[in-house]
Amino acid sequence: MNTLKLEVDADGIALVTIDLPGRPMNVLATELIADLGLMLDEVVARVDVRGVVICSGKSNGFIAGGDLKELVEAHDRGWTPQRGVECVWELSSLFRRLETCGKPVAAAMNGLALGGGLELALACHYRVLADDPKAVVGLPEVTIGLLPGAGGTQRLSRLIGIEKALPLILGGDHVKPAVAAKLGIVHALAPLADVVATARRWLLESPDPVQPWDKKGFRVPGGAGCLAPQASQSFMLGTAGVRGRYLDNYPAPKAILSAVFEGTQLPIDRGLAVEAKYFGRLLVDPVARNIMRTTFINRTAANKLVRRPAAVPKSAVRRLGILGAGTMGGGIAYCAASAGIDVVLLDATQENADRGKDYSRRILAKDLERGRTTADKMDALLARIHPVTRYEALDGCDLVIEAVFEDRAIKAGVTAKAEAVIAPDAIFASNTSTLMIGTLAEKSSRPANFIGMHFFSPVDKMPLVEVIVGKQTSDTALARALDLVGQLRKTPIVVNDGPAFYTTRVFCTYVDEGLQMLADGVEPALIENAARNAGMPIGPLAVLDETTQELRWKVILQAQADGLPVQFTHPAGREVLRALVEDHKRLGRRQGGGLYEYPAGAKKHLWPGIAAAFPAGADQPDVEDLKKRLLYVQALEAARCYEQGIVTEAADADLGSVLGVGYPTWTGGTLSFIDTVGIRPFVDECRRLAARWGARFEPSPWLVARAERGERFYPLPA
Amino acid sequence: MTSAFIYDHVRTPRGKGRPDGALHEITPTRLAAQTLAALRDRSRLDTALVGDVILGCVTPVGDQGANLPRMAALVAGYDQGVPGQQINRFCGSGLEAVNAAAAQVIAGQAEVMVAGGVESMSRVQMFSDGGACYTDPDVTWNTHYVPQGIGADLIATMDGYTRDMLDAYAVESQRRAAHAWEQGWFDRSVVPVRDVIGDVICARDEHVRPGCSMADLAKLKPAFVATGDAGYDAVMISRYPRIETINHVHTGGNSSGIVDGAAAMLVGSAGFGRDSGLRPRARVRGWMSAGSEPSIMLTGPGPLAHRLLARCGMTPKDIDLWEINEAFAAVAMRFMRDMDVGPECVNVNGGAIAMGHPLGATGTMLVGTVLDELERRNLNTALITLCAAAGMATATIIERV
Repeated sequence: MNTLKLEVDADGIALVTIDLPGRPMNVLATELIADLGLMLDEVVARVDVRGVVICSGKSNGFIAGGDLKELVEAHDRGWTPQRGVECVWELSSLFRRLETCGKPVAAAMNGLALGGGLELALACHYRVLADDPKAVVGLPEVTIGLLPGAGGTQRLSRLIGIEKALPLILGGDHVKPAVAAKLGIVHALAPLADVVATARRWLLESPDPVQPWDKKGFRVPGGAGCLAPQASQSFMLGTAGVRGRYLDNYPAPKAILSAVFEGTQLPIDRGLAVEAKYFGRLLVDPVARNIMRTTFINRTAANKLVRRPAAVPKSAVRRLGILGAGTMGGGIAYCAASAGIDVVLLDATQENADRGKDYSRRILAKDLERGRTTADKMDALLARIHPVTRYEALDGCDLVIEAVFEDRAIKAGVTAKAEAVIAPDAIFASNTSTLMIGTLAEKSSRPANFIGMHFFSPVDKMPLVEVIVGKQTSDTALARALDLVGQLRKTPIVVNDGPAFYTTRVFCTYVDEGLQMLADGVEPALIENAARNAGMPIGPLAVLDETTQELRWKVILQAQADGLPVQFTHPAGREVLRALVEDHKRLGRRQGGGLYEYPAGAKKHLWPGIAAAFPAGADQPDVEDLKKRLLYVQALEAARCYEQGIVTEAADADLGSVLGVGYPTWTGGTLSFIDTVGIRPFVDECRRLAARWGARFEPSPWLVARAERGERFYPLPA
Repeated sequence: MTSAFIYDHVRTPRGKGRPDGALHEITPTRLAAQTLAALRDRSRLDTALVGDVILGCVTPVGDQGANLPRMAALVAGYDQGVPGQQINRFCGSGLEAVNAAAAQVIAGQAEVMVAGGVESMSRVQMFSDGGACYTDPDVTWNTHYVPQGIGADLIATMDGYTRDMLDAYAVESQRRAAHAWEQGWFDRSVVPVRDVIGDVICARDEHVRPGCSMADLAKLKPAFVATGDAGYDAVMISRYPRIETINHVHTGGNSSGIVDGAAAMLVGSAGFGRDSGLRPRARVRGWMSAGSEPSIMLTGPGPLAHRLLARCGMTPKDIDLWEINEAFAAVAMRFMRDMDVGPECVNVNGGAIAMGHPLGATGTMLVGTVLDELERRNLNTALITLCAAAGMATATIIERV
């Protein structure tokens, strides 16, 4: 028993201390599951044991959940749902054996207990939790496309009632100690140092080795099934709520609802079996694979700066220069100051620079109002932001980010002025979203130190930074830029230089396809709803209004001026965009309206002028075809970027699309989507779309060759 | 082939489906039993002849559970040899009962049948029978369940019915119902309900609001905004993606009322009439039930009526009067549009918006109401139809003989 220690004291209390060697946190890895089984055999067999306390040997918590690295491979290994059930049943039946072993078992939780960790605790007869803000409990499986399959849906529902349990499981909520105690998820809270003693005391004073649901006459609190008073709230409105939010792309919430609805009407053993079956179905579904791989495994790796050149010594920015105090500059300033970095926020006038700092003040004032910060913390943070107009103030900055207007002349000017002041080894980053880093670096006296750092708006909410490596960008510049991203607690992807890099290219294909649909005579509501049905958070027409038609048009004109290929100068939907900008003056939301109107004090609605400007056809296309266009056009662009060496890692392509563009999480991202469809069917479908909707869907010979080889973007596990 | 004829029918007045409604203290079995008794007494029916008592009931639990029709027949003093069965086609139940009774007669398996329906909505709340239809997540997901009111609002949105148009429809329904009551046109078929000491506790429809105006209705709040916001609007729009937003225009005032009530109808062969000395009043010419898109739920009647007419070798022009259940104003308006008929021949004495919709009984009531009116106007044919939950509809054509 490598992962846990078993000690029996004079009172006959067995103390089981879980401590996975070589792991920063306890997780329910295969080895631990096996050891828990052995431990159980032993405590049952030993006559000197009258009760058991399970606790953690890690100071950072009880058990953080399951081992996703094992679970993520289920789909790729071709597991059947039956195999998925077997996988979880090992754990679920172990927990059942634990709670029916005849001896009282108490969980002493010194800290967070999530997923399988809470499921283990729920299978204990008594739970005490450290009264510590970090000691959260919860069943977050839904957020990775799964359900708590080792009794979580069944025991929590039976413990606190469906009405309270279901929202927690559907939301994947982390529950703080006080709430956990109030809801009855744990029996007691205790100071961290006393959790084991409290558990021991229960075992000595009032032990009960029978779970409530194993007692005669047990009824689920609040009832179960169709006729329970809470049924319409829990299951009718519960279903409406999650479906309204996720539509039909995420199988986990639906499976959770069914597992709870069906399982709680059964004896616990049958309920556990039903839960395991729903888990098995989810586990082998590609959606769970996609969500786990991209949003957990790949994102964690990116956050740990997996793409950072290892040879460059670790660095930290202490003083950050930001040129341009607009929305982006102000947002970056806020994030940097939050991370404890001193910020020099420079703009042409003091008024502008001050306004950039106000961005932080506004956010903090709201946080203060909601009790998320204190006045002292707010003042300290604001004190780190220095709004200035003189470039001399940049002296001592380790890194400077320019976030000025997307205009080559302006960018060249600020680059030169900043480089005149900052140290020769300071890094200069451009927050451009479209202009090639290589061409901007031409105006730099130190092109090796010049790099792209593309932040997304609003910066304080958007987690992604697209780091662009120019031809001359050094490894040091890349490493230091990534170190800054790490300091800001954002997720970086690393891409190579090219017009509009990666995320902007993918994003543009999305809005351009929406515009092209208008040109094709598709009704605008159908376009927007097709996008939402596909899982995009916002329709292409609505999001274009936000980024503005005016900017999209300028980018096209700039591409023409730069002599870029026809893909950039004549994208899909170009004529619609031109007409919107030039004929109809519908420039965007900021400019008073675009494809939507924004009446004061009322919900926005589609611009009624669309019907006359871009008449709808008599026959409207099938929504499924429109969904495909919107998803495929972005995936194809990602594949092109991969082919052209703009993105070199599938994980970067996926993370960039999910975190930066809003490409739906269920797909895992643009390249995961292709793998999910299957590269051969994907290419066939592209050809069909090309024949029907235009050559932009034509797969490149490279992609066709890849399809013929059946070469995936993510190789199957060995 | 034998024909099925309608010989007589009765209904109770409709009491408000609330604790202060007149019929609240009347158990649903007694409510049904009083119509069964009245039907027997008016026709001097030898109940031993009755093949079956088929009653519609949409929430058959509690008071209304466990085969209410058999109990009602016994309580009404019918011969103990008369069986009973409860049927549920949601709002179409009362009409389906008539059709099922007619079917037995036409098939030669019974000489006379009693059809009808009952719903005491004040005592047995709508949806209190639970049902996978509304609560089982697997079922609701796969059938795209969305509450009816959202479906009605979606119909209004798609067809361009404004709040004013719906309210105007409702005002007219109220006016017609009040007028028909005033003229005594309902008197011959409405049987007052008596309490346990034999006093009349309810003699008129309680839900009708004579003189109800557009201004009165304008004060009411849309009923389904919160339901829509709970996620159902998004679910519905994902299914009807050409819709930008659903206009919530239905209110308690332009939707059917929640009421208590029961109805019964005597359906028999020509031979039964001859032997009993009763004159048949109308022939059941044909009927049909069908499913339609379950999510919007309420669009079945028009397409169904066209199919039924075609099967009967008829066209809409062959129908003199129409009864479409006023579940929601938009349902009736959509039906008129589907059939290309005007309000002058549809629900001429008002409908469920004014008088209420006792779910299981309404279908039978509509047949009776329109039959009385055909006779009063000396017209011949009528088509009766109701939309039903989960995307269904039932329709019947009758013709006077």
